Amino acid sequence: MSTATTVSTSPTTAAPAERKPTAGHVLGRVVLYLLLVLVAVVAILPVYWLISSSVKQSGDVHQFPPNWFPMPWTWELRNYVDAWNAAPFGRLYINSIVFAVVGTAGEIAVAILSAYAFAFLRFPAKNVVFMVFLGAMMVPGTVVLMPNYLTVASLGWVNSYAGLIVPGLGSVFAMFLLRQHMLTLPVEVTEAAKVDGAGHLRILWSVILPMSRPMVATVVIISLVQRWNEFIWPLIVTTTDTMRTLPVGLLMLKSDEGYVNYGVVMAASVFVVVPVLVVFFLAQRQIIAGLTAGATKG
Amino acid sequence: MTTTTHPDAATGRDDGGAAARAAARRREYLLFLAFVAPNVLLLAVFSYWPVVYNGYLSLTSWDLLSEFKPFVGLANYVDMLSDPDFLGVLLRTVVFSGGITVISIVGGMAVAVLLNQKLVGRNLVRTTAFAPYIVTGAAVGTVWLYIFHPEFGLMKQLLGIVGLTSPAWMSDSAWALPGLIIVYVWKNLGFVAVIYLAGLQSMPADLYEAAKIDGASAWTLFRRITLPLLSPVTFFVAVVTVIGSFQAFDIIAIMTGGGPGDATTTLSWFIYQEAFQAFDAGRAGAAAIIMFVILLLITAAQTRFMERRVHYR
Repeated sequence: MSTATTVSTSPTTAAPAERKPTAGHVLGRVVLYLLLVLVAVVAILPVYWLISSSVKQSGDVHQFPPNWFPMPWTWELRNYVDAWNAAPFGRLYINSIVFAVVGTAGEIAVAILSAYAFAFLRFPAKNVVFMVFLGAMMVPGTVVLMPNYLTVASLGWVNSYAGLIVPGLGSVFAMFLLRQHMLTLPVEVTEAAKVDGAGHLRILWSVILPMSRPMVATVVIISLVQRWNEFIWPLIVTTTDTMRTLPVGLLMLKSDEGYVNYGVVMAASVFVVVPVLVVFFLAQRQIIAGLTAGATKG
Repeated sequence: MTTTTHPDAATGRDDGGAAARAAARRREYLLFLAFVAPNVLLLAVFSYWPVVYNGYLSLTSWDLLSEFKPFVGLANYVDMLSDPDFLGVLLRTVVFSGGITVISIVGGMAVAVLLNQKLVGRNLVRTTAFAPYIVTGAAVGTVWLYIFHPEFGLMKQLLGIVGLTSPAWMSDSAWALPGLIIVYVWKNLGFVAVIYLAGLQSMPADLYEAAKIDGASAWTLFRRITLPLLSPVTFFVAVVTVIGSFQAFDIIAIMTGGGPGDATTTLSWFIYQEAFQAFDAGRAGAAAIIMFVILLLITAAQTRFMERRVHYR
């Protein structure tokens, strides 16, 4: 037998026979747990730093060595007030919400319709149309920036919600996940509905959608988070402070000298990330499964 | 692919029924087109047309404003590909993207192997490690700018503890790019680890048992069984990470703005700069086409690799 203490790569399902715990074995476990803690700390520390620094007083933020644990009685909540007033954050919130919610609703509606068509409707060149969809995934976001700006400009949509939202409504990834899910539904369900004389829109609405709720929820959440985090397109297509979204607002706080008061900048950043962290906390299972679906299903 | 059965498979003797079926089928074809039309239209206008339009603009010299777009042929490509500055941008992008990809793969695989052990709390750590991947990039930029602060930064303190002098990171042209690589790896590593973990959990257990009976060490098991079996995952992760890092923008915009000098001007920042700061549509278009071709070749390589794997399996 190999030395039992080294990192075992065997899958957890193949449990090795019970062994007497040796000193070396115990040491190995301790090392593994230390590594586990290290991974968690590295992942969480910058987020902790962001939040804890957002309540530090100005002198506290700009001192060395830094203060790791600002005590509640020293908390500088004025950072949040200052941040709120440093840019039109109320307006940025509204813009971000409109962009994320309306954009997601539109994208998922478009995605559901095409996913249903690919899963349940006959068409001679269906494979060709499907390849056209997959091909669109090959076009990187950076490549479309300038042409899409010009298209939006020619439509007169620069600095408007339409310009912000419409170019992102086409959907490949969400459509693909929804189609994959719909293909797993039993055909009998739609056949039975057809015998009952239901049209396709009716079948989609009252049979397929209720059966696809978890997958729809997954793609909706992912789409919301991605739009909330979106940076470059809102930066380009909006031209006035009142049309910016939250992430772009963080760039607006930067002066020629860079960021001046990090306490205020961290407070503003908390405005931006808190909704994402809350959604992740509530729906981490769907988010992780959905975002890594390309790897396991591709 | 099609899930409905084809009723016309049987020879239809009833001509009236056949006609009705043909009409129904035509209706279904039209309905298919109606259902995919919005999506196809959007992708055509906002995904496919931009490639064509970039290709056209790359052959012109245009300031994004004037009425005429003078045709200059391949001059933009010739100029850029013989310009040391642009070649520097390409090289920098390869270093940046390659650095992120290699470190994410090695680190992500190590974290996945760790999370695959029977340890209490590993699911919580898995979720925690994934979280940076979904945190808003712009906010990641602001907090890491503070962490990398040359005077008050957390990194300065942590490096000081192990006896190292902290560089000035984002204000030092030698350290800004490595600093950005660290930030992107931090953001990406948990995502990569979760994908590898799924790969590890689908490994055939009997293979390991057989090898163990033969007396193979844990390292041999990893090198001879785990690593080869994970190679499709590795290829997928590599392609996704390369494509993602080629387009990295938000964190660069917040942390460096392509600077100091052009120390962090990658291809995506270059495209943005040429299009929206220098208003040179020709050069921006040419750079976009160059990026498109590079990423297309990388994706094609992955597709071929996957096909070969499936063939030999």
